[in-house]
Amino acid sequence: MVKMSGSQALVQGLWSEGVRAIFGIPGGQIMPVYDALYDSEIRHILARHEQCAAHMADGYARASGHPGVCMATSGPGATNLVTGIATAYADSSPIVAITGQVAKPFIGKDAFQECDTIGIVTPITKYTLQPMEPNEIPEAIKKAFLIASTGRPGPVLIDIPRDVQTGVSDISIPDKVEIRGYKPHIKPHPLQIERAADLLLNADKPIIWSGGGVIIANAAPQLRAIAELLLAPVVTSLIGKGSFPENHPLSLGPIGMHGRPEANKMVCETDCLLAVGVRFSDRSTGRFDEFCQDASIIHIDIDPAELGKNKKPNLPIVADVGIALNELLAAIKRKLAKREETAWSKRVEEVKEQFQNGSFGESKGYQPQIVEKIREILPSNGILTTEVGKNQMWGELYYKVIEPRTWITSTGLGTMGFGFPAAVGAKVAKPDVPVVDLAGDGSFRMTENSLAVCVDEHIPVTVVILNNSSLGMVEQWQRLFHDKRYSAVKLSGSPDFVKLAEAYGAQGFRAQSIDEFGKVFKEAIKSEVATVIDCPVASEEDVFPFVPPGRGLKDVLYGAEGV
Amino acid sequence: MRLNEKLYTLSTIVENKPGVLFRTANMFRRRGFNIESISVGTIEQDGLSRMTITVYADEDTAEQIIKQLSKLIDVIKVNVLDETDIVKRELALIKIQIQDSRSLTELTNYCNIFRNRIIDVSPDSMIVEVTGTPDKVDAFVQLVQGYGIREMARTGITALQRGSKK
Repeated sequence: MVKMSGSQALVQGLWSEGVRAIFGIPGGQIMPVYDALYDSEIRHILARHEQCAAHMADGYARASGHPGVCMATSGPGATNLVTGIATAYADSSPIVAITGQVAKPFIGKDAFQECDTIGIVTPITKYTLQPMEPNEIPEAIKKAFLIASTGRPGPVLIDIPRDVQTGVSDISIPDKVEIRGYKPHIKPHPLQIERAADLLLNADKPIIWSGGGVIIANAAPQLRAIAELLLAPVVTSLIGKGSFPENHPLSLGPIGMHGRPEANKMVCETDCLLAVGVRFSDRSTGRFDEFCQDASIIHIDIDPAELGKNKKPNLPIVADVGIALNELLAAIKRKLAKREETAWSKRVEEVKEQFQNGSFGESKGYQPQIVEKIREILPSNGILTTEVGKNQMWGELYYKVIEPRTWITSTGLGTMGFGFPAAVGAKVAKPDVPVVDLAGDGSFRMTENSLAVCVDEHIPVTVVILNNSSLGMVEQWQRLFHDKRYSAVKLSGSPDFVKLAEAYGAQGFRAQSIDEFGKVFKEAIKSEVATVIDCPVASEEDVFPFVPPGRGLKDVLYGAEGV
Repeated sequence: MRLNEKLYTLSTIVENKPGVLFRTANMFRRRGFNIESISVGTIEQDGLSRMTITVYADEDTAEQIIKQLSKLIDVIKVNVLDETDIVKRELALIKIQIQDSRSLTELTNYCNIFRNRIIDVSPDSMIVEVTGTPDKVDAFVQLVQGYGIREMARTGITALQRGSKK
């Protein structure tokens, strides 16, 4: 027991959880914590908007696998975090958000900058805590980190009244906490694993669908071993890109609305789907009733509520994906030493070749070329984040992710403005690796103020803007489904992004051709300062292939003609 | 109640602390499930409460509700009570209008037959306490409707499994 303030206990508790960076903005009701941070070695990165602070914490978490921490004051500080928290929740990313609250006597009195933070974030957090005495703070922190980072990860918010931050008390930091209602189910049922092995071994056309859960569980090696042993091709979800190397002969890329056509095609042909760490999102599956309707489905996930939520599996397995895949690999190995080429594996090769040579009439415009150029230049451990819209979908289609945690994108919530601050967070987590945000002009303008953070804190990330002066994906849908009635999509009032970057003290380039782009991009990722590369592109260039909303994955469109 | 739907009684043990009812009820709202009735009270163990929640749902929806409930960190345990082997009670307070001495006699007789208690009588109304299964409460309400129900408060169902099962 040591006498200290709630704020000191908070900062010490964070340090002992391994926190070395916090993204945040101070304000009235969190000032005592900032005072305690003044004496701490924890690096504080001053965001310019709380939404960005939350996305930075999220990017940090996804790049490193450790919880990211963001901090804000009460009222507007807390409400500005909301988009970032919801983004992390939708993608099961472990962030811990700390908010100041008005002092206890003022709670419920509509005090200045008071809002019901916990009430607001309850539906978008895994858990919330509100310590009401200084000595409750250490336990709250321990619980928050445990809950955020284990089981199915997710955001946890700690709301601390100001007088609890300033109050002094005898405080000890516990080594362990016990939460009686929280026991994530880790180990799979051995019989279910045997059954899964049998189903997969007896299938003629097995396929593996790998999702974000595989990355979270650090289970990419096991997944790869199973795929190679079974000669089963691997498709991924959008967030699962990187859970299997996309340059591997068995990789078919992501399935879904803007998935790779070879992936969508093969998933329609399979007779046995091993779905791992995925949640059967409608953007991945297309129409639920048509998805894998003739295949037996094995679904492994740590969250029991995901099994059968959107699609009933034939074989549900609740477990940590890493442990389940280890055991599944062992079970398969007991029954199969090596598999020679099968009719299915030949079919996979054939379909892959057909689509990757572009023989389905795909024309690669400037945007896909840029995406492929980024891949060509960026090392395999380089990190690419994306915004949301056409940029993200071109990334999905043309950017081959090799290693886990090197592709960071907002999939569930689809948050425009996520990519840039997430890149900042990722760069803080992995300072020695180049980090690039693949952006559109619409998304970039939502969080461009993070340029100030990059310059101020020496965080040299690269932003590549596919600048079509339009909310491009909305424009594409209006072109295809709304009779070309372009409603509120033109972004003609944007600044010159090169000058904007320079005005912040960052570096700006404009790339009119793919050769020019390659040259400046090489320079940018080695640069000591943040760089914005503005690539003017045509807004008429749409993203195809495309499975229109409400259709099954077999209904792929390769151009506007099919709509 | 729609086709394929049946009544589920979910006896849910939760942490007894602020915000738990909110988080639980909010999960139902957020996922589009409808609570038929809910009653909350402390149990024999310190720091815990029992939420007895009834819902009409088909099998798949019920499974989702149970899984989503179990996922909440403040929920310790969810028991689906076996409807064939259950003790279920609800309490209702009903304020009924008394028009004349004949209706007073009739209502008093009904209360005796239903084993209800008359808690309060004034010149023109009485308050009746009805305890029993929801069916019994419904039946009594229907019976006295014609006399004029001025006010009614029902607690919602609370329930336990019979015998040694826990």
